[in-house]
Parts: sequence; C-alpha cells; structure tokens
Amino acid sequence: MGALSGFRITLQQMFRPRVTTDYPNEKRDKPERQHGRHVLNRYEDGMEKCIGCELCAGVCPARCIYVRGADNPPDAPVSPGERYGFVYEINYLRCIHCDMCVEACPTEAITESKLFEFSFVNREDAIYTKRELLVDDDGRARRQPWELWLGGEDDETSAWMRATAPSGNAAYEGKVGWSGELGFGVREAELGQTATFWDESKAAEDLHTTLLESADHHERDHEREALADTEDETGAPHGGGHR
Amino acid sequence: MSALLRGPLAVDPLFLGGIDWTVFLIVVVKTIVVFALLLLSVLFYIWFLRKVIADMQNRVGPNNAGKFGILQTLADGIKLFFKEQSIPDGAEKPIFRLAPYLALIPAFIAFSIVPIGGVVTVAGHVTYVQLVDVPIGILVLLAMSGVGLYGVMLAGWSSGSKYPLLGSVRASAQLLSYEAAFGLSILAVLIQSGTLSTRAIVQHQVWSGGVVAGAQWHGWSTLGQWFIVATPIAFVIFLVSAIAETNHPPFDLVEAEQELVGGFLTEYTGIRFAIFFLAEFMNVITMSAIAVTLFLGGPAGPGLGFLARNGWVNAWIVPVFWFMAKLLLLLFGTVWIRASVPRLRYDQLMNFGWKYLIELAFLWLMVTAVIRVADDQQWDFVNGNRGLTIFVVTVAAGVGAALVYGVLMLCIPRGDELASIEEWD
Repeated sequence: MGALSGFRITLQQMFRPRVTTDYPNEKRDKPERQHGRHVLNRYEDGMEKCIGCELCAGVCPARCIYVRGADNPPDAPVSPGERYGFVYEINYLRCIHCDMCVEACPTEAITESKLFEFSFVNREDAIYTKRELLVDDDGRARRQPWELWLGGEDDETSAWMRATAPSGNAAYEGKVGWSGELGFGVREAELGQTATFWDESKAAEDLHTTLLESADHHERDHEREALADTEDETGAPHGGGHR
Repeated sequence: MSALLRGPLAVDPLFLGGIDWTVFLIVVVKTIVVFALLLLSVLFYIWFLRKVIADMQNRVGPNNAGKFGILQTLADGIKLFFKEQSIPDGAEKPIFRLAPYLALIPAFIAFSIVPIGGVVTVAGHVTYVQLVDVPIGILVLLAMSGVGLYGVMLAGWSSGSKYPLLGSVRASAQLLSYEAAFGLSILAVLIQSGTLSTRAIVQHQVWSGGVVAGAQWHGWSTLGQWFIVATPIAFVIFLVSAIAETNHPPFDLVEAEQELVGGFLTEYTGIRFAIFFLAEFMNVITMSAIAVTLFLGGPAGPGLGFLARNGWVNAWIVPVFWFMAKLLLLLFGTVWIRASVPRLRYDQLMNFGWKYLIELAFLWLMVTAVIRVADDQQWDFVNGNRGLTIFVVTVAAGVGAALVYGVLMLCIPRGDELASIEEWD
C-alpha cells in the first residue's frame, strides 16, 4: 500500500476496543491507595475520632490544615477523649495530597478518599471545614455539589493504614491494629506487601518464610534474631530447614 | 447535448407561471430551510468528525453534551458567542470585522446551487428541491470559492500581525494553485454534460436526452452514466483539489498550528472565530455536495417501487435520502483522510499542485475531450467500428498525453538545478 497504508490502519482501529472510558458517566478503577479528598472519620458509636492534637497541621508541608482543639463538654462529649477538634479546615488550593496528615494522625481520624474530581469555582468552596469533611451518619463522605462522586470512591477511605503493619513492624502485617469506623465496622486486614496471596491458615507461615529468606539474602543477623524472638511470641510454625 | 442546451433548462418551473405572493413565499421558505439545513449539517458534521476520529484513535470522543455528545458543537458555539471579542491595535478594523462574513456568505451561496431533491409540488406550484438553479451554476461555485479566499486573505492581512499574514500568504498561494486543477477537473464533467446548470448535470447522469426534470431514477443501468464512471480520474482530482480549496487536512497549511500559531485565525476571538470555522466546515459540506452532484448522480437513486411513483414519499423523501447518503459517504471520506494523512510540507504542497495535479487534470481533460469529439462526430475510421474507434482514439490520446507530460517533467528544473539558477542572480 505504501503511502496509502495509513488509511488501512485508521480503518482497522475503528473496530478495536477503546482505551478510554465514557468518562463522567463511567470511571476507571482507581489505585487502591490513591490520595484524594480527605474525610474526618467517626467511631462506630458516632463519636468523632479527631482529638484536636494538631499533629496533622504540624506535619503538613503545604501548611494547608488549620486545627483548633477544645475540651469536650462533659454532658455531651464530641469525641471519646479529653479534647476534640473544635475547628478543622483544609485549604484545597494548597493541599498537595501527600498523605502525611494521615500518617501523623494518632487516632486515624483523618484519611483520604479516592476522589480527586472536585472543581470548586470560588475560594470559599476551596476551604473545606468540618461540616464538609466529617463523614455523615452512614459513615460516608458528605458530597458537595461541585464534587463528582461516582461509584466507590469513599468505600475504602482508610486503605493506607491497612496496607502496612502497625508501627512499621512487618511481623504484625495482616493483623487488625485499627479502630472501627462508623458505617463500616472494624475493617479486615488487607493483602500485605510481602505476601503474594492471602490465605488465613497459611499466612503466618508464608510470612515467616518470606522474611527469613529476605534476612538470608541481606545477611542481617540481627533481623534473624528479632524474627526468632517474634516467632516465639506469635507462635508461628517454624519453616523447615530455616533454623 | 445541443438539445439540452436549447431547452429552458435552467429555469425553475416555479417561475414559469409568473411571480406572485405564493411563489415569493416559497422562495423565502426555501432560503430559510436551506440555510438551516446547512447550519445543522455543520453541527452534525463537526460532531461526526470528532466521533469518527475518536473511533479511529480508540477514544470515546465528545459524550457529555446531549445524547452521545451530539450537542457539543452547539455548546462550543454558545460559549464562543458569549466570549469577548478583541481587535488588535494594529488591525485594519473595518476589514478585520468584515473578513469573517466574506468567508461565510460565499460558503452559503455556493451551497444554494446544489440540487438536494427531485421535483415537488407545493401549493399548486411545481418546483425543484434546490434553492436556485442558475444557468451558470458551476461558475457560481467557482466564483464563490474565489471570493471565499478573500475572507481568509483579508483576515490575515488586516490582523496587523506576523503569523496571520504568513497564513494568508500561504492561503492565497495554495488556493490559487489548486483552483486550476479544481476547475480543470470540473471541466471534464462539463465536457461530458454540455451544461453548467447543476440540475441539468444531475439529470444527464440519470437519463441522457429528453427534457430536464426531477432526478427520477431510471433503473440500475443508469449507474454507468454517473460521471464517476465516465471520468474517474477527474473525480479523484476534484476530491484532492477540493480538500485543498477548503483548507482541510492534509492541506491545512493555512492554519498550521505548529508553524503559524493559528494562521490567519490567530488574532480572532469569540464569534468571529466561530464564523471562520463555520465557513470552513460549510465549505467542506458544500464541496462534498458538489462532488455528489457532479460525479455521483446527485439525488438520484432507486425509489420505493411499492409506492406511487410520484407520491410524496418518492418525490420528497427518497431523493433527499439518496443525496444525504452519498453526501455522508463523502464526508466520511474527508474525516478518514483527516485521520490518516499527515499535513504536507509547504514545498510538497506546491510541487504536488503544480507539477502533478494540474498536469494530470489537463491531460485527463484532453483525453476526455478527444473521446467526446470522437463520439459526437461519429468517427468510425477503424474498420467502420465506432466502439473500436473510440478505444483506439482513447489509447492514442492517452499515449500522447503521457508524452506531453514526460516532456513537461523534463523541462521542470529539479531541486539542485533550482539552486544553481539562484546562484546566477
């Protein structure tokens, strides 16, 4: 065909499947731990998780979070602790969605949903206050008119926490180390980063083997020793030949 | 064909019984309907273009305004309508304002000569489904495509800015170059039909001989009388040069974004910008409609045999349907070309136009003319056989044409020779 082969190619492509989706009506699945618009979570009994400690505001590299804590009213406490987040504001003109606030939060109060399609048209809307950020009575994000929610973008707002082991200790991977959420209860532990598949009965064994191999590979004796200690504590079966 | 020329061929039967209020109203309504039709076609065509190109690039394309995004063009138009219109300080302001309309109005006038349907009776008056059937129909087309060039040229010149000026210089050079091949390819058809009237050209393809009437279908055998069969090369040349005339890709050097920002459009904003685009797409539709008229038998096509031959379905709907179907086919072709062929470089454009297309059009015209004369004069000097004579004459004309072309090609300096010519200066 020579110079005219382009015509054949374009015609062929008409019958190939499309790589884009019917976007505003149909969204592509997002990465499991995408950083999107924040939500302020609540416990299963409806209490707010935020204790007004301002760690998120302190760690925020963009300085977009403004928090003021206050003492809980004794007759009608807002959060289970001593104090609660009296003011909580995030300025989305500055937020870079780095998720450091989520990492800093001691009570898992602030987490991120997967929503990134929120195109406010004035600066007031850009500053989300507690009224917008706090989840509603079903534990769902409060949907603002300028946000394009579709599908399960607020189903798993705390995915980051469940992806890594509590306190960075890999041996706790797969164990529940977080509190329940309003509307969802205590979430199951997720497939970890070291396991290739998840099977409750074999998980501990697999984990142990993987970690030992990893330790062998790096020839780090102190890791082995630490592992030997945790073995006894957790009662994980010994992998044969790995002594 | 002389019989055709003598008859009252280019007069719409609407005017035969004198002009009264009804006739006047019919003309006004026709004008409005054709204008609306053309505008709607542009809306549809831009949507169609974007959807088909999206398909060819494995995308979805516009999908949000209206069902399947069909109102996307309308939304764009409304947006542009409400945008600020700026005029540069260095602009020639009256001409800057005038230029968009110089592009738009000829585009519309050129469409008015296109026969869209057959012959119908409205309020006791017999008339064509066509805005006007002027005796010099095709000349109107050529004149209007020439005037349309002024819109582009003056837009670039009056902007008082560099890139628009470059764009308009390109426009004038390109449109002048391709106007020649364009006219020659039309001439091949005119030699066959012996008339300039678009309605008569269509009629000739449907049924040669007899009076000019509607585009009544006379059986599948008339397919052979479509001029695409008689002069296929003229059809190809027409398509190529029409695409160049309308600044459609791959000949859109006038507004080559990568080289000229927006070409002659650079300084235009808002509704004036929209008008230029409207005119450009109107031109594409008009040229496709003219191609249908000249080469594909216009509104001719088989009717519904089980219905009355002159009933309203066969008189109104069927011819318009066939016209639209052929038009859509050609429009798909333009989109296909747009998606497949990269833009030509400027020297490629000029080489292609001057060294190949015009020569080819000329030589094909010569061959057509020889066949025409052989047919008209009833030559039979080869064994007294007319068919054989025409064949021999055609081959001889073809060989002669190829020889002339070869000599021409030898005379044209090559690139390195051009360089040495420049050194002489």
